[in-house]
Amino acid sequence: MIDLIVNGQTHAIDVEEDMPLLWALRDVLNMTGTKYGCGVAACGACTVLIDGMVTRSCAIPASAAAGQQIVTIEGLKSGDTLHKVQKAWIEAQAPQCGYCQSGQIMAAVALLNETPNPTDGEIDTAMTNICRCGSYTEIRAAIRIAAATA
Amino acid sequence: MAFKPTRRFFIWSGVAAGALVVGYALTPFSTLGRARQIAGKGEAMLAAWVRIAPDNTVTVIVPHSEMGQGVHTSLPMMLAEELDADWSLVRMEQAPADIAFANGGLVRGFLAGDMSVPSFLSGTTDFISRKAAEMMSAQVTGGSMSIRTTGVFGMRRTGAAARAMLVRAAAETWNVPEAEVTAKLSRLSHAPSGKSATYGEMAVLAAEYDAPVDAPLKAKKDYTIVGTPIARFDIPAKVDGSAIYGVDVRLPGMTFAAVAQSPVFGGTLTSLDDAPATAMRGVKKVLKLDNAVVVIADNTWRARAALAALSPVWNDGAGAAHSSASILAGMEAALAKADAGNDWESDYNEGDAPKAIAAAARTLEATYRLPFLAHATMEPMNATAWFKDGKLELWGGFQDGLGIRAIAADLAGIGAGDVIVHHAAMGGGFGRRAFSPNLPDTKANEVRIAIAAARAMAGPVQCAFSREEDMTQDFYRDAGAARLKAGLDANGRIAGFIHSYVEKHDPPDATLIAYDIPDRLARYVTGTNPIPWGPWRSVDHTLHGFYIESFIDELATAAKQDPLAFRLAHLGGAPRHKAALEKVGEMAGWMTPAPAGRARGVAMREAFGTIVAQIAEVSIGEDGRARVHRMWSAVDPGEVINPATFRAQIEGGAIYGLTAALYGGITIEKGRVVEKNFPDYDMVRMADAPIQEVAFIESGARTGGAGEPGTAPVAAAVGNAIFALTGQRIRELPFRKFDLRTGGQIARA
Repeated sequence: MIDLIVNGQTHAIDVEEDMPLLWALRDVLNMTGTKYGCGVAACGACTVLIDGMVTRSCAIPASAAAGQQIVTIEGLKSGDTLHKVQKAWIEAQAPQCGYCQSGQIMAAVALLNETPNPTDGEIDTAMTNICRCGSYTEIRAAIRIAAATA
Repeated sequence: MAFKPTRRFFIWSGVAAGALVVGYALTPFSTLGRARQIAGKGEAMLAAWVRIAPDNTVTVIVPHSEMGQGVHTSLPMMLAEELDADWSLVRMEQAPADIAFANGGLVRGFLAGDMSVPSFLSGTTDFISRKAAEMMSAQVTGGSMSIRTTGVFGMRRTGAAARAMLVRAAAETWNVPEAEVTAKLSRLSHAPSGKSATYGEMAVLAAEYDAPVDAPLKAKKDYTIVGTPIARFDIPAKVDGSAIYGVDVRLPGMTFAAVAQSPVFGGTLTSLDDAPATAMRGVKKVLKLDNAVVVIADNTWRARAALAALSPVWNDGAGAAHSSASILAGMEAALAKADAGNDWESDYNEGDAPKAIAAAARTLEATYRLPFLAHATMEPMNATAWFKDGKLELWGGFQDGLGIRAIAADLAGIGAGDVIVHHAAMGGGFGRRAFSPNLPDTKANEVRIAIAAARAMAGPVQCAFSREEDMTQDFYRDAGAARLKAGLDANGRIAGFIHSYVEKHDPPDATLIAYDIPDRLARYVTGTNPIPWGPWRSVDHTLHGFYIESFIDELATAAKQDPLAFRLAHLGGAPRHKAALEKVGEMAGWMTPAPAGRARGVAMREAFGTIVAQIAEVSIGEDGRARVHRMWSAVDPGEVINPATFRAQIEGGAIYGLTAALYGGITIEKGRVVEKNFPDYDMVRMADAPIQEVAFIESGARTGGAGEPGTAPVAAAVGNAIFALTGQRIRELPFRKFDLRTGGQIARA
C-alpha cells in the first residue's frame, strides 16, 4: 500500500511500485483534472506540485511521491474561493479547449511561488507546457494579472 | 403546463404557406415532438433554438460543439441580442444528437428547391451557402461555419421571432397596440399604462402565436451584446479541473482499453500470443480485431503496460511500399505527366494564361513541396461505450454529434435511435474530431474499438489512445507539391498566372486569388496520396496559402518591388483585401526598418469568408533556425460577434500555422508514421510564441469564419521574412530542416 497525500487528504492505495502518479490520480482516485498528454514528460498537461515543486506526474511513480504533499488542480481552491492564478485565468479568458490548462495553471502557481514578479524571460523558461490551441498570449497576460494580485 | 399543439405547427407543416416558423419550418414534422421534449414543465418552446422559462431564464440550444472556439457563447449572444434578453439570464445547452437539432436543415431546406426562398435569404443562395448546405447535413462543427450559418440564419431570426411573439402576447394581454410595447433586458413594458411583465411571465402565452419569419432584425448600432467581449460560459470549469473531457468520463464498473492498430495503414493482424498480457495484474481481456489488438484492464496504465508486453504479428499489406519520398516523387511525376498530356481538372480558367505568359517580358516558375501533418490535439482520441438496456450509450468529444451517432449505429449494427450520444468537452478539434461518411478516411477508430470492447464486456469501456497511437493513426493533412508559373510585363505587373497542384479537398475555393490577373488558371491532378486524409485546420488553405503567397513574393522580388506595394498594386478590384493589407502594414510599421538582425514578411489569404493579412518579424538564431518575434494580423470578417474569442482564434490559428511552418512534418517510411510523440513532432511553446497584435476591420461584408482563417497565411509570411533577411527562398516546410545561415539542410536527428 502507498499513502498518497493529495490536496491534504491521505489515500491508501494498492498499486504497483512503478505506476506513474498521473494514473494513480486519474484512474485510482478518479481525480481527472490532471491530464494525460504524452506520457513522456514532454507536454506538461499532467503537471502537479509535490512539496511545492513543479512535477510532471506522468514521469514519476506514485510510490516516489508517497508521504509528500501533492497538490493538483482540484486542490488550488480554498473552500469555494478560487486561487488568484485561477481567477486571473478567468479574467484573461485564457483557456480555449482547456485541456492543457490544469497543467499550465499548476506551472504558473509554482513559478509565482518562486518568483512573484517574473520577467518575460522567466515566464518563457518556466512555462514550457504545450498549448495546441495557442493560448500563450492569454496565458502570459493571466500570469501578469496574478502577479499583480496580492 | 404541457406544450400546446398550436396552429403555428400546422403553419410550419405547410398549411399556411409563406408564414414560416423560424427553426421549425424545414425540419421534418415527425421530429418536432422530440424537440418539444426539450422544453421542461411549465416552459414554452418558442423556437427551435430558444427556451424561455417562467423564472425568466433564456436557454439557448446550440447544435454545435465547443472546442475552445467560443461558439457556445457567441451563438447565444446572437440570439440574445435580437431577443433583447438580459445576458445575465441567458444559459446555454448543447443540443442532443437528434435530427430535430441538425443545424443544416435550415440552410439546406431553403436551397433544396422545394420551397421558395424567403426574402431574408434572398441573395445569399450563392456559393458559400451551397457549400454550407452540403457540409451541414448533420451537426458538423467545422469549416468555420457555425456563426455564418446557424448564427446568421438561425439564431438571429429565432431571437427576433421570439421577441415579436412576446411583444404580441403582451399587447393582447394588456389590450394595447403592439407598437407601444417595448422589450428590453428580458422585460416587456407599456409606458402609457405602466404595465410590465418579464419574458418568463409572457412566454407560455407567446407560444400561442405564429413565429413571424420577417421580424425585423436590429441595426448594428443598437447592439448591446454582439460586439462586446463577453466572458465564455465554458471557461470556469476549465480552470478548476471540473470540466469533463471524453477521457475523464468515469462510470460505475468501467474498464479501460489500450489499443495497438496495424502500424501500416490497411494492414491486418496475423497472429498474437496473448499470454504475456493475460497474466498481468488487472487485465480483464485481450481482444484480437481484424487490424488491432486491444487489452482491457481495470485502469489505463495496466492496460497499456500489458499491451506493451505483447508482440503482435502484422500483415502489412501493400501499404508498406509507401514512403514520404516516394509519395512526393509521385506527386511531382503526376504534375509532369498532367502537363505533358494536358490532362488536368481546373478550378478556374480565365483569359488565356499560357498565351499571356508566353508573351510576357519575363517568366518565373517555382516548385513547392509540403509534408504530411498530424492534428495532435492535446487530448488523444478516445471514446467510452456501454451497451445498456438494449441501447448503446457513447461518451466523447465529437465535432459532429449526429454524424457520430450514425457511425456508431452502423458499427454496432443497431438503429440510430438506439444510440445515445453524450457530448463531453473536447481537448482540441482542428478537424480531428470531425468524422463524416463524406470523408471516407476519417475513421472513428476509437469509437469502433470502444464499441467492440463494450460488446466483449458487461459494463462500460473507455478506449483511449496513447499519444503514440494518436499520432501514428491519424488522418493527415496531405503532403503536396505545386508548380506555379507567371509572367511579368515590362511594367512589372503580373501577366498570366498558372497554379498547378496535386489533390483537391476543401474548401473548393481555396485556390482563388484576389489579385488583378486577367489571364489565370488553377488546375490539379488527383490520385497521388495513399495516406488517410482528413480536414486539418483551414484545410487546403494551409497548402495554397504557402504556395501562392510565397510565389507572389517571388514575383515582387523579380519585379524589384516592395512585396506589400506589389500586392497593393494588384488589388484594384478588391478593396477589402487592399484595406486589410494597408492596415497590417500600418500596424507593423512596414515602411520603417525592422530592428537590427530582423526582417518582416507579409502574406494574405481570404479563407472561409474572412480576409487575413499578416506580417511576421523574424530573426535567425545561432542554431540556424528562424525565430518569429512578432506577428500582426489585420482581419476583415465582415462583422465580429465576440471580439475576445475572435482575437483568440486568430492568435491561436496563427500559432497552429506557425508550429507547422517551423516544426511540422509527419514522415512515412515503409508505410508507417515515423513521428510518435511531441519530442519528434514539436510544437511552438511560450518561448517561441511571437507577440501578436490583431486588428479587426468590420467592413459589413457577409459574416466570415473565425476558427481557421488565421492559420492560412502564416507559413508564407514567415518564409517571406526569411527571404527578406537571408536572400534564401525556402520552398519546402518545415523551416527547421534548413540551416538558414547557410542554406544547407540540417541533418535530421
